[in-house]
Amino acid sequence: MILSFDIIILLFLVVAALIALNVRDLLSAAVIFGIFGFLICLLWAEMGAVDVAFTEATVGAGVSTVLFIATILNTRRKSSD
Amino acid sequence: MNAKIFASIAVAITGAVLLYGVSDFPTFGDPRSPASAGVEGGAPSASQYYINESYGDTKVPNLVTSVLADYRGYDTLFETVVVFAAGMAIFAILRVVGKEAKQPTGPRAGSSIDGDHQRIIVGTTCRLAVPVVQIFALYVVAHGHHSPGGGFQGGVMLGASFILIALAGNLDDALTRLSEKAYLSLAAIGIMIYAGFGVLPQLLGKNFLDYGVLEKILFTDGPEMARSHSMLGVEIGVALTVMSIMFAIFANLSTRGTLKGGL
Amino acid sequence: MADFFFNTVKPHFNFWIYVILMMIGLWSLIAKNNLIKKMMGLAIFQTAIILFYVSLGVKDGATIPVLEHYGAERAALISDSSADAIVNPVPHVLMLTAIVVGVATLGVALALCQMIFKEFDTLEEDELLRKIKALHDDD
Repeated sequence: MILSFDIIILLFLVVAALIALNVRDLLSAAVIFGIFGFLICLLWAEMGAVDVAFTEATVGAGVSTVLFIATILNTRRKSSD
Repeated sequence: MNAKIFASIAVAITGAVLLYGVSDFPTFGDPRSPASAGVEGGAPSASQYYINESYGDTKVPNLVTSVLADYRGYDTLFETVVVFAAGMAIFAILRVVGKEAKQPTGPRAGSSIDGDHQRIIVGTTCRLAVPVVQIFALYVVAHGHHSPGGGFQGGVMLGASFILIALAGNLDDALTRLSEKAYLSLAAIGIMIYAGFGVLPQLLGKNFLDYGVLEKILFTDGPEMARSHSMLGVEIGVALTVMSIMFAIFANLSTRGTLKGGL
Repeated sequence: MADFFFNTVKPHFNFWIYVILMMIGLWSLIAKNNLIKKMMGLAIFQTAIILFYVSLGVKDGATIPVLEHYGAERAALISDSSADAIVNPVPHVLMLTAIVVGVATLGVALALCQMIFKEFDTLEEDELLRKIKALHDDD
């Protein structure tokens, strides 16, 4: 519940979300989506939700990013917007 | 252009309505908010009951595990079924069997890693890391009563260890260790374990998922330790299902259904 | 202006940022052209909602919902107000389920994207609509 930590991580979250959705190269977007997942895990660990942070670190930042990369491998890597 | 204008209008209206509704919320971090402490003069909230009574009822220090696997075990059973159903859906959408299964043509048809020397660093590191990851995942499942952890986290880590084997070499390396028949049966066995722990109290005459009556079968003294041990059994079932489905989703997605080639 | 900022935004600043994240995800789900970007927007939307729920259970100065090993002695010392010293565990339980179900449905969505690519050889929404229309005009 440290206030300045909360504000900084939340601002980073918004910046990471905006960047992940506006990059043209889909592989970079998937990696920045992984960064988004790790920042969320950090925020929950600071809020005292340790079980949720554990699950998000494995599922959200690990497996979810790998699934995106596996799909981009079998389809196109560039996107038009 | 049409989609962007429509999206901007929809987002602006929804955002304005949500922000107007947010101003009525309790302050962030208030211990006396209605979600945490109940309404003044009314019954105490569920979270207060769980914090005060859960250790006496189940002898499990981790409150989240005890609420997840015992007090709200019915939800967890059907959530595991949903994960299993998602794995079956991906299997039904993507899987191609038989002789006509060929490698997906695309920008990287076939393996484009030129030369084995590029695989040495990645391959060796992954092979060294996999046993450590698996032992830690089994620790997380078994120690979920006393520390953060439990069935879901351990199951996903076990599945991720098999994905790591597939990344270190071929997908065939991982499939020789956990074949398709094996992971499909393990997923079903996990749900059967959980449902079995639910039906067993019914055979003894009490409610579904009422672990306290299992003290006669598990030879414990008192219903509290029976609940604690049943929670461990249930978490093992969840871990088996989640492990198999995570690996199944990865195997089917990375090869577009043929289980040949891949990342 | 400063009055609006200090009385309305500052006590609930984190809820404002969750709503902003939700709207970023919703906008991307509707307006982006690429199907994979739409799925990313959906995942961001889901994560923002889970963030909102978990932050409802936070208490100032409280500790994690894992009792120490000497739980029995601590239970003997419990008075009614000590429930304020432990973070509310009920939102954590509900959101654990939500995260795992979210990733499973993300897998199904990506499988559908791959089948669409196999059939039409593109993942851009405007080209897809054109090709589907051309298919129907041939009938």
